[in-house]
Amino acid sequence: MSATVLNGLVLAGGRSTRMKRDKAGIEYAGRPQLERAMELITPLVDGRAFVSVSAEQRGDPQRSAYATIADLTSNLGPIAGIQAALHARPADAWLVLACDLPFLGPATLRHLIEQRARGRLATAYRSRFDGRPEPLCAIYEPASRASIEAWIAAGETCPRKWMSRNDVALLDLPEQRALDNVNTAQEYQEASASLGVAGGDAISGASTLPQRRRVNVRYFALLREQAGRGAEALQTDARTPQELYAQLQRDRGLQLAPQFLRVAVNDEFGDWLQPLSDGDTVAFLPPVAGG
Amino acid sequence: MNRFSLQERALEPARLLEQLRHPSCGGYVAFEGAVRNHNEGRAVLRLEYEAFAPLALREGERILAEACARFGLERASCAHRVGALQIGELAVWVGVGAAHRGEAFDACRYIIDHIKHSVPIWKKEYYEDGDSGWVNCEHCAAAPDSHESTPAPHPHRAHGHS
Repeated sequence: MSATVLNGLVLAGGRSTRMKRDKAGIEYAGRPQLERAMELITPLVDGRAFVSVSAEQRGDPQRSAYATIADLTSNLGPIAGIQAALHARPADAWLVLACDLPFLGPATLRHLIEQRARGRLATAYRSRFDGRPEPLCAIYEPASRASIEAWIAAGETCPRKWMSRNDVALLDLPEQRALDNVNTAQEYQEASASLGVAGGDAISGASTLPQRRRVNVRYFALLREQAGRGAEALQTDARTPQELYAQLQRDRGLQLAPQFLRVAVNDEFGDWLQPLSDGDTVAFLPPVAGG
Repeated sequence: MNRFSLQERALEPARLLEQLRHPSCGGYVAFEGAVRNHNEGRAVLRLEYEAFAPLALREGERILAEACARFGLERASCAHRVGALQIGELAVWVGVGAAHRGEAFDACRYIIDHIKHSVPIWKKEYYEDGDSGWVNCEHCAAAPDSHESTPAPHPHRAHGHS
Protein backbone atom coordinates (compact mmCIF):
# COMPACT_ATOMS: atom_id res chain seq x y z
CA MET A 1 0.00 0.00 0.00
CA SER A 2 1.30 3.41 -0.90
CA ALA A 3 1.14 6.07 1.78
CA THR A 4 0.01 8.72 -0.70
CA VAL A 5 -2.78 10.81 0.78
CA LEU A 6 -5.93 11.10 -1.30
CA ASN A 7 -7.62 14.51 -1.08
CA GLY A 8 -10.91 15.58 -2.58
CA LEU A 9 -11.38 18.48 -4.99
CA VAL A 10 -14.84 19.68 -6.01
CA LEU A 11 -14.77 21.84 -9.11
CA ALA A 12 -17.08 24.80 -8.87
CA GLY A 13 -14.91 27.31 -10.64
CA GLY A 14 -17.00 27.83 -13.78
CA ARG A 15 -19.14 30.89 -14.25
CA SER A 16 -21.84 28.75 -15.83
CA THR A 17 -22.78 30.97 -18.75
CA ARG A 18 -24.90 28.23 -20.28
CA MET A 19 -27.18 27.79 -17.25
CA LYS A 20 -27.66 31.56 -16.76
CA ARG A 21 -27.22 31.08 -13.00
CA ASP A 22 -24.41 29.96 -10.75
CA LYS A 23 -24.16 26.19 -11.07
CA ALA A 24 -22.86 25.67 -7.54
CA GLY A 25 -26.12 27.02 -6.12
CA ILE A 26 -28.53 24.97 -8.21
CA GLU A 27 -30.50 22.61 -6.03
CA TYR A 28 -31.37 18.98 -6.41
CA ALA A 29 -33.42 17.39 -3.66
CA GLY A 30 -33.35 20.78 -1.93
CA ARG A 31 -29.59 21.02 -1.47
CA PRO A 32 -27.12 23.10 -3.42
CA GLN A 33 -24.92 21.01 -5.68
CA LEU A 34 -21.73 22.14 -4.02
CA GLU A 35 -22.91 21.05 -0.58
CA ARG A 36 -24.06 17.72 -1.95
CA ALA A 37 -20.75 17.11 -3.74
CA MET A 38 -18.73 17.99 -0.64
CA GLU A 39 -20.82 15.67 1.53
CA LEU A 40 -20.32 12.91 -1.02
CA ILE A 41 -16.56 13.26 -1.31
CA THR A 42 -15.51 14.10 2.26
CA PRO A 43 -16.05 10.67 3.91
CA LEU A 44 -14.42 8.83 0.99
CA VAL A 45 -10.98 10.46 1.03
CA ASP A 46 -8.32 9.98 3.69
CA GLY A 47 -7.04 13.54 3.29
CA ARG A 48 -9.11 16.74 3.15
CA ALA A 49 -11.80 17.89 0.78
CA PHE A 50 -11.43 21.27 -0.96
CA VAL A 51 -13.49 23.43 -3.25
CA SER A 52 -11.73 24.64 -6.36
CA VAL A 53 -12.37 28.33 -7.00
CA SER A 54 -11.25 30.94 -9.47
CA ALA A 55 -9.30 33.86 -8.04
CA GLU A 56 -12.40 36.12 -8.23
CA GLN A 57 -14.59 33.63 -6.34
CA ARG A 58 -12.36 33.52 -3.30
CA GLY A 59 -14.73 35.60 -1.14
CA ASP A 60 -17.98 33.96 -2.29
CA PRO A 61 -19.91 33.00 0.90
CA GLN A 62 -21.24 29.68 -0.35
CA ARG A 63 -17.79 28.51 -1.43
CA SER A 64 -15.77 29.90 1.46
CA ALA A 65 -17.76 27.77 3.93
CA TYR A 66 -15.26 25.12 2.82
CA ALA A 67 -11.49 24.92 2.45
CA THR A 68 -10.68 26.31 -1.00
CA ILE A 69 -7.86 26.13 -3.53
CA ALA A 70 -7.70 29.05 -5.95
CA ASP A 71 -6.70 28.69 -9.60
CA LEU A 72 -3.20 29.87 -10.49
CA THR A 73 -4.25 30.71 -14.02
CA SER A 74 -7.51 32.35 -15.19
CA ASN A 75 -9.85 31.29 -17.95
CA LEU A 76 -8.43 27.81 -18.46
CA GLY A 77 -11.50 25.95 -17.23
CA PRO A 78 -11.37 22.86 -15.01
CA ILE A 79 -7.77 21.95 -15.78
CA ALA A 80 -6.64 25.07 -13.87
CA GLY A 81 -8.32 23.73 -10.71
CA ILE A 82 -6.61 20.36 -11.08
CA GLN A 83 -3.27 22.04 -11.71
CA ALA A 84 -3.66 24.27 -8.64
CA ALA A 85 -4.46 21.30 -6.40
CA LEU A 86 -1.48 19.26 -7.61
CA HIS A 87 0.67 22.33 -7.11
CA ALA A 88 -0.65 23.06 -3.59
CA ARG A 89 0.02 19.54 -2.28
CA PRO A 90 2.50 17.97 -4.68
CA ALA A 91 2.92 14.72 -2.71
CA ASP A 92 -0.82 13.96 -2.63
CA ALA A 93 -3.27 12.36 -5.03
CA TRP A 94 -6.62 14.02 -5.81
CA LEU A 95 -10.11 12.71 -6.28
CA VAL A 96 -11.53 15.38 -8.59
CA LEU A 97 -15.25 15.86 -8.96
CA ALA A 98 -17.41 18.26 -10.94
CA CYS A 99 -20.18 19.72 -8.81
CA ASP A 100 -22.90 19.23 -11.43
CA LEU A 101 -23.35 15.47 -11.46
CA PRO A 102 -26.81 14.98 -9.93
CA PHE A 103 -26.94 11.23 -10.52
CA LEU A 104 -23.56 10.47 -8.97
CA GLY A 105 -23.68 8.42 -5.77
CA PRO A 106 -21.05 7.04 -3.39
CA ALA A 107 -20.90 3.58 -5.05
CA THR A 108 -19.37 4.99 -8.25
CA LEU A 109 -16.76 6.93 -6.27
CA ARG A 110 -15.94 3.94 -4.07
CA HIS A 111 -15.45 1.77 -7.14
CA LEU A 112 -13.09 4.39 -8.61
CA ILE A 113 -11.06 4.46 -5.39
CA GLU A 114 -10.95 0.66 -5.17
CA GLN A 115 -9.87 0.25 -8.79
CA ARG A 116 -7.40 3.15 -8.65
CA ALA A 117 -4.23 2.42 -10.64
CA ARG A 118 -1.54 4.04 -8.49
CA GLY A 119 1.21 3.36 -11.02
CA ARG A 120 -0.55 5.32 -13.79
CA LEU A 121 -0.96 9.10 -14.04
CA ALA A 122 -4.68 8.95 -13.34
CA THR A 123 -7.71 6.67 -13.09
CA ALA A 124 -11.00 7.64 -14.73
CA TYR A 125 -14.24 6.24 -16.08
CA ARG A 126 -15.03 5.76 -19.74
CA SER A 127 -17.94 7.86 -20.94
CA ARG A 128 -20.94 5.65 -21.48
CA PHE A 129 -21.68 7.71 -24.57
CA ASP A 130 -18.45 7.66 -26.53
CA GLY A 131 -15.98 5.58 -24.50
CA ARG A 132 -13.71 8.59 -23.95
CA PRO A 133 -12.28 9.43 -20.50
CA GLU A 134 -14.39 11.38 -18.00
CA PRO A 135 -11.83 13.75 -16.47
CA LEU A 136 -14.15 15.35 -13.91
CA CYS A 137 -14.79 12.25 -11.81
CA ALA A 138 -11.28 10.87 -11.65
CA ILE A 139 -8.22 10.33 -9.47
CA TYR A 140 -5.05 12.23 -10.37
CA GLU A 141 -1.80 10.84 -9.00
CA PRO A 142 1.06 13.15 -7.89
CA ALA A 143 3.00 12.02 -10.97
CA SER A 144 0.42 13.68 -13.24
CA ARG A 145 1.50 17.15 -12.14
CA ALA A 146 4.48 17.55 -14.47
CA SER A 147 2.51 16.23 -17.43
CA ILE A 148 -0.47 18.51 -16.79
CA GLU A 149 1.75 21.55 -16.33
CA ALA A 150 3.55 20.78 -19.58
CA TRP A 151 0.15 20.35 -21.24
CA ILE A 152 -0.98 23.79 -20.05
CA ALA A 153 2.37 25.32 -21.00
CA ALA A 154 1.86 23.94 -24.52
CA GLY A 155 -1.38 25.93 -24.74
CA GLU A 156 -3.73 22.98 -24.25
CA THR A 157 -6.68 23.17 -21.84
CA CYS A 158 -8.87 20.11 -22.45
CA PRO A 159 -8.47 17.61 -19.60
CA ARG A 160 -10.26 14.89 -21.58
CA LYS A 161 -7.75 15.24 -24.38
CA TRP A 162 -4.92 15.16 -21.84
CA MET A 163 -6.31 11.89 -20.49
CA SER A 164 -6.65 10.42 -23.97
CA ARG A 165 -3.00 11.14 -24.74
CA ASN A 166 -1.49 10.00 -21.46
CA ASP A 167 -1.09 6.92 -19.31
CA VAL A 168 -4.52 6.91 -17.68
CA ALA A 169 -6.36 3.81 -16.47
CA LEU A 170 -9.96 3.69 -17.72
CA LEU A 171 -12.80 1.88 -15.98
CA ASP A 172 -16.33 0.99 -17.04
CA LEU A 173 -19.06 2.70 -15.02
CA PRO A 174 -20.71 0.43 -12.46
CA GLU A 175 -23.82 2.67 -12.53
CA GLN A 176 -24.63 3.69 -16.08
CA ARG A 177 -26.17 7.11 -15.44
CA ALA A 178 -23.82 8.19 -12.68
CA LEU A 179 -21.96 10.80 -14.74
CA ASP A 180 -24.83 12.13 -16.82
CA ASN A 181 -24.43 15.86 -16.85
CA VAL A 182 -26.85 18.71 -16.43
CA ASN A 183 -25.82 21.66 -18.50
CA THR A 184 -28.88 23.46 -19.64
CA ALA A 185 -31.83 24.70 -17.69
CA GLN A 186 -34.10 22.31 -19.57
CA GLU A 187 -31.98 19.30 -18.73
CA TYR A 188 -31.99 20.53 -15.15
CA GLN A 189 -35.78 20.49 -15.02
CA GLU A 190 -35.93 17.04 -16.53
CA ALA A 191 -33.31 15.69 -14.15
CA SER A 192 -35.21 17.16 -11.18
CA ALA A 193 -38.41 15.51 -12.40
CA SER A 194 -36.55 12.26 -12.81
CA LEU A 195 -35.29 12.44 -9.23
CA GLY A 196 -38.88 12.98 -8.08
CA VAL A 197 -38.37 16.41 -6.53
CA ALA A 198 -39.02 20.10 -7.06
CA GLY A 199 -42.54 19.74 -8.44
CA GLY A 200 -41.61 17.13 -11.03
CA ASP A 201 -44.36 15.16 -12.70
CA ALA A 202 -43.45 12.13 -10.60
CA ILE A 203 -45.36 13.79 -7.77
CA SER A 204 -47.87 16.22 -9.23
CA GLY A 205 -48.90 14.10 -12.21
CA ALA A 206 -49.05 10.73 -10.49
CA SER A 207 -52.78 10.58 -9.85
CA THR A 208 -53.98 12.00 -13.14
CA LEU A 209 -51.52 10.19 -15.39
CA PRO A 210 -50.91 6.76 -13.84
CA GLN A 211 -49.32 5.51 -17.09
CA ARG A 212 -46.42 7.94 -16.97
CA ARG A 213 -42.97 6.49 -16.58
CA ARG A 214 -39.50 7.93 -16.30
CA VAL A 215 -37.14 6.85 -19.05
CA ASN A 216 -33.63 7.79 -20.02
CA VAL A 217 -33.01 8.32 -23.69
CA ARG A 218 -29.63 8.16 -25.37
CA TYR A 219 -28.84 9.57 -28.78
CA PHE A 220 -25.94 8.70 -31.03
CA ALA A 221 -24.31 10.11 -34.15
CA LEU A 222 -26.78 11.92 -36.45
CA LEU A 223 -29.64 11.53 -33.94
CA ARG A 224 -27.45 13.07 -31.23
CA GLU A 225 -26.84 16.07 -33.45
CA GLN A 226 -30.51 16.39 -34.37
CA ALA A 227 -31.62 16.11 -30.74
CA GLY A 228 -28.89 18.55 -29.67
CA ARG A 229 -27.92 16.31 -26.74
CA GLY A 230 -26.42 12.92 -26.01
CA ALA A 231 -28.94 11.88 -23.40
CA GLU A 232 -31.92 13.05 -21.42
CA ALA A 233 -34.20 11.86 -18.67
CA LEU A 234 -37.87 12.41 -19.33
CA GLN A 235 -41.41 11.60 -18.27
CA THR A 236 -43.44 9.90 -20.94
CA ASP A 237 -46.72 8.08 -21.43
CA ALA A 238 -45.21 6.13 -24.33
CA ARG A 239 -45.68 2.42 -23.69
CA THR A 240 -43.13 1.10 -26.19
CA PRO A 241 -39.94 2.30 -27.89
CA GLN A 242 -42.02 2.79 -31.03
CA GLU A 243 -44.36 5.25 -29.29
CA LEU A 244 -41.43 6.95 -27.59
CA TYR A 245 -39.62 7.47 -30.89
CA ALA A 246 -42.73 8.94 -32.53
CA GLN A 247 -42.97 11.38 -29.61
CA LEU A 248 -39.29 12.33 -29.90
CA GLN A 249 -39.53 12.81 -33.66
CA ARG A 250 -42.11 15.46 -32.85
CA ASP A 251 -40.55 16.96 -29.71
CA ARG A 252 -36.88 16.80 -30.66
CA GLY A 253 -37.11 17.14 -34.42
CA LEU A 254 -35.53 13.75 -35.11
CA GLN A 255 -35.42 13.29 -38.86
CA LEU A 256 -34.53 9.63 -39.31
CA ALA A 257 -37.33 7.24 -40.20
CA PRO A 258 -37.68 4.45 -37.64
CA GLN A 259 -37.41 1.67 -40.22
CA PHE A 260 -33.71 2.54 -40.60
CA LEU A 261 -33.00 2.37 -36.86
CA ARG A 262 -32.48 -0.31 -34.25
CA VAL A 263 -33.54 0.10 -30.67
CA ALA A 264 -31.63 -0.83 -27.51
CA VAL A 265 -33.18 -1.05 -24.05
CA ASN A 266 -30.89 -1.08 -21.02
CA ASP A 267 -27.78 -1.57 -23.18
CA GLU A 268 -29.12 -4.61 -25.05
CA PHE A 269 -30.65 -4.77 -28.51
CA GLY A 270 -34.39 -4.57 -27.95
CA ASP A 271 -37.69 -4.63 -29.73
CA TRP A 272 -39.75 -1.68 -30.95
CA LEU A 273 -42.88 -3.14 -29.37
CA GLN A 274 -41.56 -4.33 -26.03
CA PRO A 275 -43.22 -2.68 -23.02
CA LEU A 276 -41.22 0.09 -21.37
CA SER A 277 -40.74 0.07 -17.62
CA ASP A 278 -40.03 2.89 -15.22
CA GLY A 279 -36.30 3.65 -15.19
CA ASP A 280 -35.50 2.01 -18.54
CA THR A 281 -32.75 3.45 -20.71
CA VAL A 282 -33.70 3.51 -24.37
CA ALA A 283 -31.27 4.16 -27.21
CA PHE A 284 -32.18 4.64 -30.85
CA LEU A 285 -29.36 3.48 -33.10
CA PRO A 286 -28.85 4.99 -36.56
CA PRO A 287 -27.37 2.74 -39.27
CA VAL A 288 -23.90 1.74 -38.13
CA ALA A 289 -20.67 2.30 -40.05
CA GLY A 290 -17.79 0.72 -38.19
CA GLY A 291 -14.69 -0.59 -39.92
CA MET B 1 -9.19 -16.17 -26.04
CA ASN B 2 -11.35 -13.53 -27.73
CA ARG B 3 -11.00 -9.87 -27.24
CA PHE B 4 -13.00 -7.04 -28.75
CA SER B 5 -11.88 -3.58 -27.66
CA LEU B 6 -12.53 0.08 -28.36
CA GLN B 7 -9.38 2.16 -28.34
CA GLU B 8 -8.70 5.87 -28.04
CA ARG B 9 -5.12 5.68 -29.18
CA ALA B 10 -3.35 4.48 -32.33
CA LEU B 11 -3.71 0.74 -32.91
CA GLU B 12 -0.50 -1.25 -32.74
CA PRO B 13 -0.81 -4.24 -35.10
CA ALA B 14 2.46 -5.86 -34.03
CA ARG B 15 1.42 -5.85 -30.39
CA LEU B 16 -2.10 -7.06 -31.18
CA LEU B 17 -0.74 -9.94 -33.25
CA GLU B 18 1.72 -10.87 -30.54
CA GLN B 19 -1.15 -11.18 -28.05
CA LEU B 20 -2.92 -13.51 -30.46
CA ARG B 21 -0.11 -16.03 -30.87
CA HIS B 22 -0.60 -19.52 -29.53
CA PRO B 23 1.31 -22.79 -30.10
CA SER B 24 -1.79 -24.52 -31.46
CA CYS B 25 -2.09 -22.06 -34.37
CA GLY B 26 -0.57 -22.89 -37.74
CA GLY B 27 -1.97 -19.89 -39.57
CA TYR B 28 -2.67 -16.26 -38.69
CA VAL B 29 -4.59 -13.77 -40.77
CA ALA B 30 -4.97 -10.10 -39.89
CA PHE B 31 -7.03 -7.38 -41.54
CA GLU B 32 -6.15 -3.71 -41.17
CA GLY B 33 -8.79 -1.14 -42.03
CA ALA B 34 -7.41 2.37 -42.62
CA VAL B 35 -8.94 5.81 -43.10
CA ARG B 36 -9.23 6.50 -46.83
CA ASN B 37 -8.98 9.96 -48.39
CA HIS B 38 -12.12 9.57 -50.48
CA ASN B 39 -15.61 8.08 -50.25
CA GLU B 40 -18.39 7.95 -52.84
CA GLY B 41 -16.51 10.38 -55.04
CA ARG B 42 -15.85 12.99 -52.34
CA ALA B 43 -12.46 13.95 -50.95
CA VAL B 44 -12.33 13.10 -47.24
CA LEU B 45 -10.06 15.08 -44.90
CA ARG B 46 -10.58 13.25 -41.60
CA LEU B 47 -13.21 11.37 -39.68
CA GLU B 48 -14.64 10.65 -36.28
CA TYR B 49 -15.88 7.39 -34.82
CA GLU B 50 -18.47 7.29 -32.09
CA ALA B 51 -19.47 4.09 -30.27
CA PHE B 52 -22.21 2.98 -27.91
CA ALA B 53 -19.55 1.35 -25.77
CA PRO B 54 -21.36 -1.21 -23.58
CA LEU B 55 -23.38 -2.60 -26.45
CA ALA B 56 -20.50 -2.38 -28.95
CA LEU B 57 -18.27 -4.41 -26.64
CA ARG B 58 -20.92 -7.03 -26.08
CA GLU B 59 -21.82 -7.30 -29.76
CA GLY B 60 -18.15 -7.42 -30.78
CA GLU B 61 -17.48 -10.24 -28.34
CA ARG B 62 -20.54 -12.09 -29.63
CA ILE B 63 -19.26 -11.92 -33.21
CA LEU B 64 -15.82 -13.16 -32.20
CA ALA B 65 -17.32 -16.07 -30.25
CA GLU B 66 -19.55 -16.96 -33.17
CA ALA B 67 -16.61 -16.92 -35.58
CA CYS B 68 -14.59 -19.17 -33.25
CA ALA B 69 -17.42 -21.69 -33.06
CA ARG B 70 -18.22 -21.57 -36.77
CA PHE B 71 -14.63 -21.85 -38.08
CA GLY B 72 -13.05 -23.77 -35.21
CA LEU B 73 -10.61 -20.94 -34.47
CA GLU B 74 -8.13 -21.01 -31.63
CA ARG B 75 -7.94 -17.24 -31.29
CA ALA B 76 -9.76 -14.14 -32.53
CA SER B 77 -9.34 -10.49 -31.67
CA CYS B 78 -10.55 -7.13 -32.91
CA ALA B 79 -9.66 -3.57 -31.90
CA HIS B 80 -11.65 -0.59 -33.15
CA ARG B 81 -10.73 3.07 -32.82
CA VAL B 82 -13.03 5.75 -31.46
CA GLY B 83 -12.54 9.51 -31.61
CA ALA B 84 -10.89 11.63 -34.29
CA LEU B 85 -8.77 9.94 -36.97
CA GLN B 86 -6.59 11.31 -39.74
CA ILE B 87 -6.17 9.91 -43.26
CA GLY B 88 -4.07 6.75 -43.23
CA GLU B 89 -4.62 5.94 -39.57
CA LEU B 90 -5.78 2.45 -38.69
CA ALA B 91 -9.48 2.39 -37.81
CA VAL B 92 -9.90 -1.31 -37.17
CA TRP B 93 -7.73 -4.38 -36.73
CA VAL B 94 -8.97 -7.97 -36.89
CA GLY B 95 -6.70 -10.93 -36.24
CA VAL B 96 -7.42 -14.65 -36.09
CA GLY B 97 -5.34 -17.72 -35.41
CA ALA B 98 -6.37 -21.19 -36.60
CA ALA B 99 -4.81 -24.59 -37.08
CA HIS B 100 -4.83 -24.11 -40.89
CA ARG B 101 -4.86 -21.19 -43.31
CA GLY B 102 -8.25 -21.84 -44.90
CA GLU B 103 -10.32 -21.25 -41.77
CA ALA B 104 -8.11 -18.30 -40.84
CA PHE B 105 -8.80 -16.44 -44.12
CA ASP B 106 -12.51 -17.21 -44.03
CA ALA B 107 -12.95 -16.30 -40.37
CA CYS B 108 -11.13 -12.98 -40.70
CA ARG B 109 -13.43 -11.95 -43.54
CA TYR B 110 -16.48 -13.14 -41.61
CA ILE B 111 -15.53 -11.08 -38.55
CA ILE B 112 -14.85 -7.78 -40.31
CA ASP B 113 -18.04 -8.11 -42.38
CA HIS B 114 -20.17 -8.70 -39.31
CA ILE B 115 -18.50 -5.96 -37.31
CA LYS B 116 -19.24 -3.44 -40.03
CA HIS B 117 -22.80 -4.65 -40.16
CA SER B 118 -23.95 -4.80 -36.57
CA VAL B 119 -21.60 -3.28 -33.97
CA PRO B 120 -22.97 0.13 -32.84
CA ILE B 121 -20.14 2.33 -34.11
CA TRP B 122 -20.76 5.37 -36.27
CA LYS B 123 -18.49 7.26 -38.63
CA LYS B 124 -18.63 10.94 -39.47
CA GLU B 125 -16.68 12.07 -42.50
CA TYR B 126 -15.38 15.61 -42.96
CA TYR B 127 -15.06 16.54 -46.61
CA GLU B 128 -12.72 18.83 -48.47
CA ASP B 129 -15.61 21.11 -49.47
CA GLY B 130 -16.34 21.88 -45.80
CA ASP B 131 -19.38 19.62 -45.58
CA SER B 132 -19.63 16.61 -43.30
CA GLY B 133 -21.88 13.62 -42.97
CA TRP B 134 -22.63 10.43 -41.06
CA VAL B 135 -21.91 7.43 -43.25
CA ASN B 136 -24.99 5.28 -44.03
CA CYS B 137 -27.32 7.76 -42.30
CA GLU B 138 -27.77 10.52 -44.80
CA HIS B 139 -30.44 8.78 -46.88
CA CYS B 140 -32.54 7.70 -43.92
CA ALA B 141 -34.66 10.80 -43.41
CA ALA B 142 -38.36 10.24 -42.85
CA ALA B 143 -40.46 11.34 -45.82
CA PRO B 144 -41.67 14.87 -44.97
CA ASP B 145 -45.36 13.97 -45.47
CA SER B 146 -45.28 10.79 -43.40
CA HIS B 147 -45.30 12.74 -40.13
CA GLU B 148 -47.58 15.68 -40.44
CA SER B 149 -46.41 17.34 -37.27
CA THR B 150 -42.73 16.94 -38.12
CA PRO B 151 -41.01 20.15 -39.20
CA ALA B 152 -39.39 20.51 -42.59
CA PRO B 153 -36.15 18.54 -43.14
CA HIS B 154 -33.21 19.81 -41.17
CA PRO B 155 -31.41 22.33 -43.39
CA HIS B 156 -27.87 21.12 -42.76
CA ARG B 157 -28.90 17.58 -43.68
CA ALA B 158 -30.38 18.66 -47.00
CA HIS B 159 -27.28 17.69 -48.97
CA GLY B 160 -26.76 14.21 -50.32
CA HIS B 161 -24.29 12.11 -52.23
CA SER B 162 -26.75 11.73 -55.16
